[in-house]
Amino acid sequence: MLIKETDYGTPASVSKELVTLTIDGSEVTVPAGTSIMRAAMEAGTEIPKLCASDMLESFGSCRMCLVEIEGRNGTPASCTTPVSPGLVVKTQTQRVKDIRRGVMELYISDHPLDCLTCAANGDCELQDMAGAVGLRDVRYGYDGANHVFDTQANLPNTNFLSKDTSNPYFTYDPSKCIVCNRCVRACEEVQGTFALTITGRGFDSRVSAGMSESFLASECVSCGACVQACPTATLSENSLIETGQPEHSKVTTCAYCGVGCAFKAEMRGEEVVRMVPYKDGKANRGHSCVKGRFAYGYATHKERILKPMVRESINDPWRETTWDEAIGRVASEFKRIQNQYGKGSVGGITSSRCTNEDVFLVQKLIRQGFGVNNVDTCARVCHSPTGYGLKTTFGESAGTQDFDSVEHSDVILVIGANPTDGHPVFGSRMKKRLRQGARLIVVDPRRIDLVKSPHVSADYHLALKPGTNVAIMTSMAHVILSEGLENTDFIKSRCDVAAFEEWRAFVMRDRNSPEAMEAYTGVPADEVRAAARLFATGGNGAIYYGLGVTEHSQGSTTVMALANLAMATGNIGRPGVGVNPLRGQNNVQGSCDMGSFPHELPGYRHISDVATRTLFEADWNCTLNPEPGLRIPNMLDAAVEGSFRALYIQGEDILQSDPDTHHVASGLAAMECVVIQDLFLNETANYAHVFLPGSTFLEKDGTFTNAERRIQPVRKVMSPINGYGDWEITQLIAREVGLDWNYQTPIEIMDEIARLTPTFTGVTYDKLERLGSIQWPCNEEHPEGFPVMHVENFTRGLGLFMMTDYIPTDERTGPRFPLILTTGRILSQYNVGAQTRRTDNVVWHEEDRLEIHPHDAEQRGVNDGDWVTVRSRSGETALRALLTDRVAPGVVYTTFHHPMTQANVVTTDHSDWATNCPEYKVTAVQVSPSNGPTDYQEEYSDFAEKSRRIVAVDAAE
Amino acid sequence: MSMNKKLVDMINQIARNTAIQGDERAIAATADHVRKFWDPRMRAGLMAHLADGGAGLDDIARAASMKLAASNAPEVHNAD
Repeated sequence: MLIKETDYGTPASVSKELVTLTIDGSEVTVPAGTSIMRAAMEAGTEIPKLCASDMLESFGSCRMCLVEIEGRNGTPASCTTPVSPGLVVKTQTQRVKDIRRGVMELYISDHPLDCLTCAANGDCELQDMAGAVGLRDVRYGYDGANHVFDTQANLPNTNFLSKDTSNPYFTYDPSKCIVCNRCVRACEEVQGTFALTITGRGFDSRVSAGMSESFLASECVSCGACVQACPTATLSENSLIETGQPEHSKVTTCAYCGVGCAFKAEMRGEEVVRMVPYKDGKANRGHSCVKGRFAYGYATHKERILKPMVRESINDPWRETTWDEAIGRVASEFKRIQNQYGKGSVGGITSSRCTNEDVFLVQKLIRQGFGVNNVDTCARVCHSPTGYGLKTTFGESAGTQDFDSVEHSDVILVIGANPTDGHPVFGSRMKKRLRQGARLIVVDPRRIDLVKSPHVSADYHLALKPGTNVAIMTSMAHVILSEGLENTDFIKSRCDVAAFEEWRAFVMRDRNSPEAMEAYTGVPADEVRAAARLFATGGNGAIYYGLGVTEHSQGSTTVMALANLAMATGNIGRPGVGVNPLRGQNNVQGSCDMGSFPHELPGYRHISDVATRTLFEADWNCTLNPEPGLRIPNMLDAAVEGSFRALYIQGEDILQSDPDTHHVASGLAAMECVVIQDLFLNETANYAHVFLPGSTFLEKDGTFTNAERRIQPVRKVMSPINGYGDWEITQLIAREVGLDWNYQTPIEIMDEIARLTPTFTGVTYDKLERLGSIQWPCNEEHPEGFPVMHVENFTRGLGLFMMTDYIPTDERTGPRFPLILTTGRILSQYNVGAQTRRTDNVVWHEEDRLEIHPHDAEQRGVNDGDWVTVRSRSGETALRALLTDRVAPGVVYTTFHHPMTQANVVTTDHSDWATNCPEYKVTAVQVSPSNGPTDYQEEYSDFAEKSRRIVAVDAAE
Repeated sequence: MSMNKKLVDMINQIARNTAIQGDERAIAATADHVRKFWDPRMRAGLMAHLADGGAGLDDIARAASMKLAASNAPEVHNAD
């Protein structure tokens, strides 16, 4: 069955006041401000409509939704007419019937009648409305002016526009357009890009991307909002055009970023026809981005590995084999290595792209099966400082709000995050609030899109030098305290006052003033003062941050500085405020919750805690090692040093994603058994001995937890073409090493998680089915989850102010390395690009470029598009330059989506003091002109190609 | 970079970031951090380095290492 959300025609009113009116003889009570159209729909009556959708503000152009109101003249549009007490509305009278039919006749007189061969056949609102108004005849014919045919009376029809197929994912067919403006409004109101408009007037009115450009050449970001809004086949997904209408659908959760958009996977059999954002999804509210909406083709990409493979040495070609042999090899090698090198010589890395259930089993296997705590996850290299910083100050390792909260924010502070690229759907929701008047402070070395984009501009852009976040945040606190702008009531009632007093004395020191810090940050003190005043006095202040905060040598300190700022201004514990990490991967929150860190059991409980260990030991019937295990960088160090020899990696590509590639490579090369469970032969697999083909999110059941702590279902819509879901593969290994695991479905795994994790006690698949999603903590106290945390008290009791001393990174610029390299992401690509590079998303980003300020470029004789080498103390790589003033002089920037870029050859092994989260965001480099790729890039390319050789084995084997 | 050099850098960095709390608390915080987050073989490496004179350790880091050594925390065993 196809899931269809009800379209109420206009957005819900948030008014608390209720109004009662009569529609078609029945009394209806709705909030004030509701449209008559919506009130009717809520009462079960669907008034005909074409230009209305509850995703968009009412517009009143199509003239289909006319009604009659007793005592009023004319036939008002029900979408633009709000309810008022005592109205008596008739939705169907002879008068409105005649008008609607006449209007529909005009629409159809300029619309092709190729319904049978039309992509929207069966899902066309125009067709539905023609049926609803009883259209039987079109008196006007097509002989007059039309937009339908390319020739007319053997002459070219100048009104005709041919299809625009420039976008790889959807087609614009102007002949089918009814100029309802829904696409234009979706681009403005939902996405906030303003790429579309209607050019011309009257009969010349046409949808136009940019300045009458192709969709691809315009500012369009391919989010799909226009396609979704289109009531006809004017904007259709190419996959729909190719395949036909879907026949059933399931709601599932996107496997890209930490926003966690809910999608309907619309299917025909086991074939995905399209992914449509689910309007009832609480993270995305019916919106999507180019990745989740369109870039799922990697699931069936020809490079996907479908058979297990083994090899004796990393210099051999891969040999395809059976699951039995591959799993047997993993078990026997891990046992042999533990016998030979000691128990602690093996470990695992869980995947933040896999489900909670997948992840839970990997850490369980490592702890229960191998008796060690050497398990870590990619959060090590992204948000581990968030866990540390928020746990220390607030008592819980997670963001404080839900995404809806931004609708109540008055001042938004964005630091070290680029939401419109990295978390695009949340970025759109934030932009919507900014267009409504919320103020914006951006703290970022680079001029991200939010600083200035259509109808959004930052009040302050503090373009600090990379590596000085702590300095600027502490100096903002200095301004707030020295000018008496703190929220004394909140501090006194909610926080540890002694710690506050100590912090205050620290912050008030002269060296923490914006004037003193200007020497480090490069930001004029006046701007810092003004931004601090705005944040402290502008109403609900919300902080959103990303990896530009965490991936520094003082990442954890900055997180604590943000927490200090929120507590000092009382911006915690209600909608519209809070400290909100924008998490990188789809399930990075979940993988942390599930005990992926080497010092913690699920639920963030330290491994040394006897009570927690006892609980798990009783349930798992084993003895747990009470000592913390190795973190990823420590594993690599220990491998080089000789005490770590085997690693099971589920869905991570540490060779490409982790810093200081040479160091990662030497660590991997030192190991005797590297097991990769992934979709593709990723870069890390160059050093692997066993390859276990993994499954995509479309092929297994489970749950993901997004940046809002929202646990959402992942639903299997096709059989795993590799044979098994990821949790099943881990179970095979567990059984082979002698563990008595018998999970039949992920439901049983979630039951175990709930049994052992206090914040998950109340989570069941039944409840998820009923509620759609649950924000943890979900337990007796909060049976349906908890959107905003720390409302009455902090999880730790009193909020703890921490002194945040600015300590410059050891990574210094100097004559040899005068520039600072910082890294980030782009909208169309995701992380290491393993998925998105195997989709048509490459049309937007074929290669990583080095952004460099024209001044720095000129000094070095570099022109736009030239090859340049980027050299640091760690290594050098080459890529092409992009001249832009988005970066300040002295700063260069690149993305790391393509393996050939080798951006991480350049990054160093400096890391956060508390968590070892790498300092990706600050590397001192020199940039110089070059002729092309470096020798290393060439060699690596050869090596990678060689290590991807596969020898097929006969089926008879 | 040798393992010892790395361990020394790591604990020095922790010490520098806790130093603002004053020596006594910083030493305790540094020792506690290492105790909580370092795998036993890393702690053993640090202890061995300390026994060898602890070259390169900053004051707070050195004091924290000595505190760890003295605390006789659950025995530290290599790679096990």
